Amino acid sequence: MKSTDLIDNDSLRDDIPEFRPGDEVKVHVRVVEGGKERVQIFQGNVIARQGGGIHETYTVRKLSYGVGVERTFPLHAPTVSRIEVVRRGDVRRSKLYYLRGRTGRAAKIREKRDFS
Amino acid sequence: MAHLAIVAEKVGMTQTWVDDKIVPVTVLRVEPNRIVQVRTNERDGYTALQVTYGHRASKRVNKPDAGHFAKADVAPGKRLVELRLDKVDDYETGQELTVESFEPGTRIDVTATSRGKGFAGTMKRHNFKGQGASHGNHKHHRAPGAIGSCAYPARVFKGTRMSGRMGHETVTTLNLEVVKSDVERNLLLVRGSVPGPNGGVVTVRNTVKSPVKGG
Repeated sequence: MKSTDLIDNDSLRDDIPEFRPGDEVKVHVRVVEGGKERVQIFQGNVIARQGGGIHETYTVRKLSYGVGVERTFPLHAPTVSRIEVVRRGDVRRSKLYYLRGRTGRAAKIREKRDFS
Repeated sequence: MAHLAIVAEKVGMTQTWVDDKIVPVTVLRVEPNRIVQVRTNERDGYTALQVTYGHRASKRVNKPDAGHFAKADVAPGKRLVELRLDKVDDYETGQELTVESFEPGTRIDVTATSRGKGFAGTMKRHNFKGQGASHGNHKHHRAPGAIGSCAYPARVFKGTRMSGRMGHETVTTLNLEVVKSDVERNLLLVRGSVPGPNGGVVTVRNTVKSPVKGG
């Protein structure tokens, strides 16, 4: 146990679904614009999870009009209203940075198939 | 000078969320401070509070200390610390100081003994630039270079910055902001970093040099 857990436990969220690098997720981000709040969805592949405890973050990569866009969110961010797992990916490493250089079919992640 | 002060222990650093923004914070554990003695101008020539905090087992208290605590009718604590204040008229022995007096948004100064770095070279100790890595440089990459002139003055001036012991000195970080004060758990969350190692003793006072008026 870390000595600062006392404080960290207050801001940890317990409604985070299990997801891994390779999974496709929908991140529902709360955006405040001109005093009004709305939810923006950022959908893409999780290419990394980094850190632990309250400091943990995950990076989501998507292709927007042919341009790769990556966003890193703190896992316990209160600005994210919901994380939705769309698809489970079958990958063999924890950091999928190799996707950055690829487009189209080469950048496709196989879907994880459960035979049990 | 300060009108509010308290002794705390540094727990460590973490982060928290304030208005949907991540704020880096240092957690300080502020056990209630018990006033053991009030130093006054008439008797001591300066004004301060002598306080103790926490708990010390009775067999760990030596006789002179035991007598000192008994005189004030205060349970022996971990250590005795003096807090210099402007005015001590409102305080009396036995009174408790808690984290309650530091509300969120209060500007504070935190004083502690910095981490000792041991014998450090000039690059680490005085931010010297060192020397080049290449162009034939041989074993002088972190050397200070020249420390003086030649026939005149034929000596090295006093105070010339050189290698030596670094750290383990009293350092005050000015004008920090209180993010949260947790009265129930006796914790104080301070924005930013605080000198010293985790577990170190720090003194907190209201800031004395705030650029914001009445800050």
